[in-house]
Amino acid sequence: MLGFLATEKERERWVQDQSYKHPQIFYNDTEARKYTSSSRIVDIQAKLSERALELLALPEDGVPRFLLDIGCGSGLSGETLSENGHQWIGLDISQSMLSVALEREVEGDLLLTDMGQGLAMRTGVIDGAISISAVQWLCNADKSCHNPRLRLKAFFGSLYRCLARGAKAVFQMYPESLAQRELILGFAMRAGFAGGVVVDYPHSSKSRKEYLVLTCGPPSVSTTVPTGKGEEGGSSSDDESSGDEDNHTVSISDRHRPRKKMKVSKKDRKWVLKKKEQMRKKGNIVPPDTKYTARKRKTRF
Amino acid sequence: MRLLTHNMLSSNIKGVTNGFPLLIEAEKFIEKTVDFNPDFLKNMYPKIEWKALVSAATSMGYNQLPEEVEPSMLESEEFLKKFHHALLELHLEEGALICPETGRRFAVIKGIPNMLLHEDEV
Ligand SMILES: C[S@@+](CC[C@H](N)C(=O)[O-])C[C@H]1O[C@@H](n2cnc3c(N)ncnc32)[C@H](O)[C@@H]1O
Repeated sequence: MLGFLATEKERERWVQDQSYKHPQIFYNDTEARKYTSSSRIVDIQAKLSERALELLALPEDGVPRFLLDIGCGSGLSGETLSENGHQWIGLDISQSMLSVALEREVEGDLLLTDMGQGLAMRTGVIDGAISISAVQWLCNADKSCHNPRLRLKAFFGSLYRCLARGAKAVFQMYPESLAQRELILGFAMRAGFAGGVVVDYPHSSKSRKEYLVLTCGPPSVSTTVPTGKGEEGGSSSDDESSGDEDNHTVSISDRHRPRKKMKVSKKDRKWVLKKKEQMRKKGNIVPPDTKYTARKRKTRF
Repeated sequence: MRLLTHNMLSSNIKGVTNGFPLLIEAEKFIEKTVDFNPDFLKNMYPKIEWKALVSAATSMGYNQLPEEVEPSMLESEEFLKKFHHALLELHLEEGALICPETGRRFAVIKGIPNMLLHEDEV
């Protein structure tokens, strides 16, 4: 349930207060400032952006490209684009996040906009797009008028149109479930994109990261999904990589493989009961403990 | 917001068939110097709607762009410098962008256009 919140801090806040559902409310002035002044977050977002830019696989000819940063927030991800010499437009729904971006004097132009309403761009003009820790927000229905399916459709449809043919879009994302990932991927495919999901460090609870890598146009040799990182035991602190199974990247074609190592291990019944007790002590309303609490769910594929 | 971005924006209000170009109502604009990069300009040139760039630049007080262009002009440093200035150095700070079909105003505050649509415009 909490997987779509980007950081541990976000998750904590979510548990404490369910009203933090809407990005405009969640990323208010205080949160926007906290987010951007945490050196840990700055560091993580920079790494994710570097990787997204790598997966974008722009021609290595030194020519600056014209890119979008979708859900740009305070500009942490866009800065990576500037550092690599590119021009960009950052789009975000949170005025507070954009205000912090202004203060930080980011080089890209900023637009206050809701990606779920579709992008207001001309056809075929954008060389590529990245989106870091943002697209999963589209799966929420924050307002009664919000239909996640319509919003995903509007978003991916408009993105497809404004990208130049052959251009790529890379989304680092935190889908909360397999179903949500499939939902996002499904709407991307229906809009005409080719591609799939790249997972870096698939067996590490800490370093595991997902990227949706999309190419504008029909599948071709160049639109095969790249491989993720983490094969060579790159993350030494990886506590889940034991066992005989290859520590491979899971790309979308591997989805039939049983996912033995889902992260349920840590969040067992005992953990959940303890967390709920803590919440009660803080005076939060918490559902009663029953035999269903933290029960094992059937894995469906 | 630079004219580079303005040249890409198109009103996506429900029912609008031609939302480009958004008219500029400039209350305040500023100039910022940016490194000159001919490669970027050459890469962007085919995607630019020239007429829209010329009138956008005019509404920001810059009249040096030629009305008509052709790719061979990209060989001229003098032309590239003007193109560069119009595209990347002029910023709309305060004002509005106006949908050419519906007249709907999108406010621009501190350089950020508010492109959020009302529920009935989606
Ligand atoms: C975790 S932050 C990431 C920000 C930035 N990409 C980074 O790497 O630091 C997620 C951002 O997505 C934005 N967002 C959420 N829903 C959005 C929507 N519908 N349209 C545009 N931006 C959205 C939020 O406002 C927030 O700034």
